[in-house]
Amino acid sequence: MTVRYGFAYLDEQTKRMIRRALLKAVAVPGYQVPFGSREMPLSYGWGTGGVQVTASVIGPDDVLKVIDQGADDTTNAVSIRQFFARTTGVATTTRTAEATLIQTRHRIPETPLREGQIVVFQVPIPEPLRWLEPRETETRTMHALEEYGVMHVRLYEDITRHGRVAQTYEYPVIVDGRYLMRPSPIPKFDNPKLDRSPALMLFGAGREKRVYAVPPWTAVKSLDFDDHPFEIEHWDRPCDLCGARGAFLDELIVDDQGGRLFICSDTDYCAGRRAAAPPAAS
Amino acid sequence: MNAEEPPLLSVRGLVKRYGARVGCLDVGFDLWPGEVVGIVGESGSGKTTVLGCLSGRVPADAGRVAYVRGDGRTVDMLRLDEAARRCLLRTEWGVVHQHARDGLRMGVSAGANVGERLMALGARHYGALRGRALDWLARVEIGLDRIDDLPETFSGGMLQRLQIARSLVTEPRLVLMDEPTGGLDVSVQARLLDLLRGLVEDLGLSAVIVTHDLAVARLLAHRLLVMRNGQVVETGLTDQVLDDPQHPYAQLLVSSVLQP
Repeated sequence: MTVRYGFAYLDEQTKRMIRRALLKAVAVPGYQVPFGSREMPLSYGWGTGGVQVTASVIGPDDVLKVIDQGADDTTNAVSIRQFFARTTGVATTTRTAEATLIQTRHRIPETPLREGQIVVFQVPIPEPLRWLEPRETETRTMHALEEYGVMHVRLYEDITRHGRVAQTYEYPVIVDGRYLMRPSPIPKFDNPKLDRSPALMLFGAGREKRVYAVPPWTAVKSLDFDDHPFEIEHWDRPCDLCGARGAFLDELIVDDQGGRLFICSDTDYCAGRRAAAPPAAS
Repeated sequence: MNAEEPPLLSVRGLVKRYGARVGCLDVGFDLWPGEVVGIVGESGSGKTTVLGCLSGRVPADAGRVAYVRGDGRTVDMLRLDEAARRCLLRTEWGVVHQHARDGLRMGVSAGANVGERLMALGARHYGALRGRALDWLARVEIGLDRIDDLPETFSGGMLQRLQIARSLVTEPRLVLMDEPTGGLDVSVQARLLDLLRGLVEDLGLSAVIVTHDLAVARLLAHRLLVMRNGQVVETGLTDQVLDDPQHPYAQLLVSSVLQP
């Protein structure tokens, strides 16, 4: 017996429910909207939230890209891309510029996004205050009353102990001047890309059953102090494959002697640069 | 004290029941700016309940707590919405708990503890926050070199002083203190009382102090309320109540004090 799935695996009522939650999320930027997370054919912690959000917004004319830590070719990225290809028949791509819908785990592509694109983030823990206040009842009240002093206390402690804020990924941000948000475990390098982006950013947490959103052109400000401003990471060398400076680099150990390469985390960006202008032989 | 200006805090008919038991019944008093009112009584007399009802931490069953804000408007603390109440508690009111650990964040440094309220109110300059924290640590006589230490490493008296610094950093107009010297040894108590007296005078604070220790009440309070079984049995000027108690329970209380 052949099993037939609905378009994008989910049934129509579920997609409707998630879309309603997403509309609410877009209407209140950064606010975590609870939703009825369904059982998906992948475990919690593997992107169920992202997959449900993508399944709810994907249409037959979309072009889908799926990346995992910036790469299109990891097992999980391939697996999720194939899942959607099979359950929707939608065209897929590895080129950021060609995609209309991008599901991502823990990176924002280097290629600048444009209006009309949607980025779906996989989120493990949506609540930015979770490690500071374990009670859900209390964190909801803190969000409602905009009581975020405890997060600044955390940053103050970091500066006291380490001379700078120690958080380098999942760096907390204030969205549209109101809600404190956890932007999923993207490196702080990617935080500026959230600010006033032309693309729609949707965040899905399947295990925690929350979605939240940053609409296009919304202000997203990383928390800092006036005399300790927010800073992104820098490398003192370019990508060893394409020569890019100002991209997020991964460090790869390539042999047993400790030889290492620094290459772009965004595989599409790196490949595009190499195809366009091969670097001079060194 | 100008008799024509309204009291800073005006409590009328405060009632709190715990099922069939009475927490406090028909409690009322006035508090003028710069005045300290002490609430004394045995354990279980309702003193802490009254304090809890004033700050809104414990929802009262009936009554009115009229507070005149810094901008001149009068609000009823029992009917204020949650956001406004919490804001008020962070700015114009201070709360000092009996156990310092209840009023502090034990996992962050002393400086962060003192600066938290300022950060909650929007202070965003690390250097300035640290400066204010150092200033207040000096005022409560905690060594400035302890600013980055965790409260875990502090003694009981230091914890209490840190808690006082944390609640007074926003220069509140009204402070609620629940047994501020409870559990501290005598010499530490004496230093703390000295500090409190000095701060009340310097900052013109009004305070409601709950204590079972009559010596503390005599030293700090201008007026006293004696409570028993949830009701106020006697009220008056401190030396009046302590030297010439009228109600039999108040007489019992005063006569029971051990003389060293």
